[in-house]
Amino acid sequence: MSADVKPAADASRFRFLPHMDSASGHLIWAITVALFFLFVAIAPGFLNFLNINSILSEIALFGFLAVALTPVIVSGNIDISVGSVLGMAACLSIVLMPYGIGVAISAALGAGLLAGFMNGVLVEKVGIDSFIVTLATMIGIRGVTFYYIGDRSVMTLDPVFLAIGNSNVGFVPVRTIVLAIIAVLVAWVMHSTSHGRYTFAIGGNRAAAVDAGVRVSRHVIANMMICGLLAAVGGVAMAAQLGSVTPAFGAQYELWGITAVVLGGTRLRGGTGSILGSLGAVATLAILHNGMVLLQVQSFYVPIVIGFALILALVLDRQPTGIVKGGE
Amino acid sequence: MLVIASLWQPNILSLNNVLLVLRQTAVSGIMAIGVTFVLMAGRIDLSIGSLLSLCTVTMVLLHGMLGATQAIVVTLCIGVISGCATGFLVGYMRLNSLIATLGMMSILQGVALVVTGGVAPYIMSPDGTWFKVFGRGYVFAIPVPVVIMIGLGLVFALVLNKTVFGRRVAAVGGGEVASRFSAIDSRRIIFATFVISGALTSVAGVVLASRAMMAKTNVGSGYELAVLAGVFLGGTSLMGGSGGIGRSLVGLVILGFLTNALIVFGAPYYAQWITQMMIIIAAVWFEVASRRRSVFA
Repeated sequence: MSADVKPAADASRFRFLPHMDSASGHLIWAITVALFFLFVAIAPGFLNFLNINSILSEIALFGFLAVALTPVIVSGNIDISVGSVLGMAACLSIVLMPYGIGVAISAALGAGLLAGFMNGVLVEKVGIDSFIVTLATMIGIRGVTFYYIGDRSVMTLDPVFLAIGNSNVGFVPVRTIVLAIIAVLVAWVMHSTSHGRYTFAIGGNRAAAVDAGVRVSRHVIANMMICGLLAAVGGVAMAAQLGSVTPAFGAQYELWGITAVVLGGTRLRGGTGSILGSLGAVATLAILHNGMVLLQVQSFYVPIVIGFALILALVLDRQPTGIVKGGE
Repeated sequence: MLVIASLWQPNILSLNNVLLVLRQTAVSGIMAIGVTFVLMAGRIDLSIGSLLSLCTVTMVLLHGMLGATQAIVVTLCIGVISGCATGFLVGYMRLNSLIATLGMMSILQGVALVVTGGVAPYIMSPDGTWFKVFGRGYVFAIPVPVVIMIGLGLVFALVLNKTVFGRRVAAVGGGEVASRFSAIDSRRIIFATFVISGALTSVAGVVLASRAMMAKTNVGSGYELAVLAGVFLGGTSLMGGSGGIGRSLVGLVILGFLTNALIVFGAPYYAQWITQMMIIIAAVWFEVASRRRSVFA
């Protein structure tokens, strides 16, 4: 990316840029590894291929959303419509399967991209806060999905589609490999392109980015589109695994996605964060969930543990000087 | 819009239907009063949906064990305690309210599951207890939930507009640094707004329990976003400092009538979601556009 040297030099004036190596992004992986070995020691049946396979499968479920949300949150916005977009894409990919697998998947991904574009334009060009915009589109996209599908579950028997969703390479599900490739791609965009650097700059100090001549709106809209697209990929992947979904699929998944991103060390006020950290948090949650099930902890306690983990992460991440922005 | 709709279907504005819509809005309306305080102080509360679940199941469970009065007291206490916990995290620990209340949401949902063991409790003889008055009673033909909503709305509108505390809430939301320089203890104000939000949510839980006489463990799930949608439609800002109780209630009532009108016209129930999106965006767009005096940013 030698073509990007110049914008990089410009952007280096921002203080907030090189936060990629923030300790929290690595800390979460340390916790992941520690939890892994803890459960290897105390949970019977944790360390066998079938169980590792199911953990990796669970990582793929929320991993797409966490990777999707990270750039948006780094740029200082939020997207709570991802659960609805995921559900819409899952439904579309199954309902359009009679037109061929290529048409179905590209229509589903296109719809996700379009939803992201709509969110981005409403945030940047219309000027409504991203929380309100995506709260509205979360409700509306769910409505559109119901309107198109009707209140029924849809299913497909397409052998290729189901094979993509259910096959493994060794003990690693194909969906997890797709997630890994996409995560590397997005991490590369965030770390090594001008778009990524501007995203950090916008989240760090939007006014300064505007003053420095960064065309803020197009980067924010691009991040919203990436988010919609990746949420749609997650939806298609889930549809390929399950073969059957309802239009209500994906409701409240946005909360899990945001939880993972925050646990991974990305701050909601923008300017810091990493894909690696978000993925680490997804892995931690998946291992924690799996291990608690193996230890026969009642599933009721899982949300309690995760809630406490989230608040604990916030407390540990608290900045001592935060009088002005501490609350937000 | 309401008038246009009623030209085709005069039933929409019949007294019975209006009271029906208001009664359906009452639970989220009572919650919206508290949320407005939190938003006025520049914070957000996502935990109220789970708190509503917890309060409703506690109310129904304890009604059988302790009797109605004791159950109501315990339920209100739970709301206040939860509000104190959230208020402590956001006000005194200075955590980001969106994430802290997201965590509380998860915890409270888990507690509701643990308390019930995942089984939906119900009240044996709904007609044999005076407790039914909160959800099913009428005062001069007006449903009691509506009376509670309007009564609490008036009281808290006075608190917000006419008391020192209310002005301090708006000051903290409008500019926290400035409010600190004015010798306002912003931490205490924020703490108090969350206590109000928790307490009012437990009132809503009592009303909901009395109306339904049973409680699924996730009965309140999704309420937080429905309430926020109405509050934003009413024009209360996410940034803090501006808004009002009356506006929030009007926003929720508009959404209530929208749902009702679409059902009266025979549209499927999910048509309301698409219309809700358009109305919320249109209303907020109109507001931001008139504030900056241009249609686009």
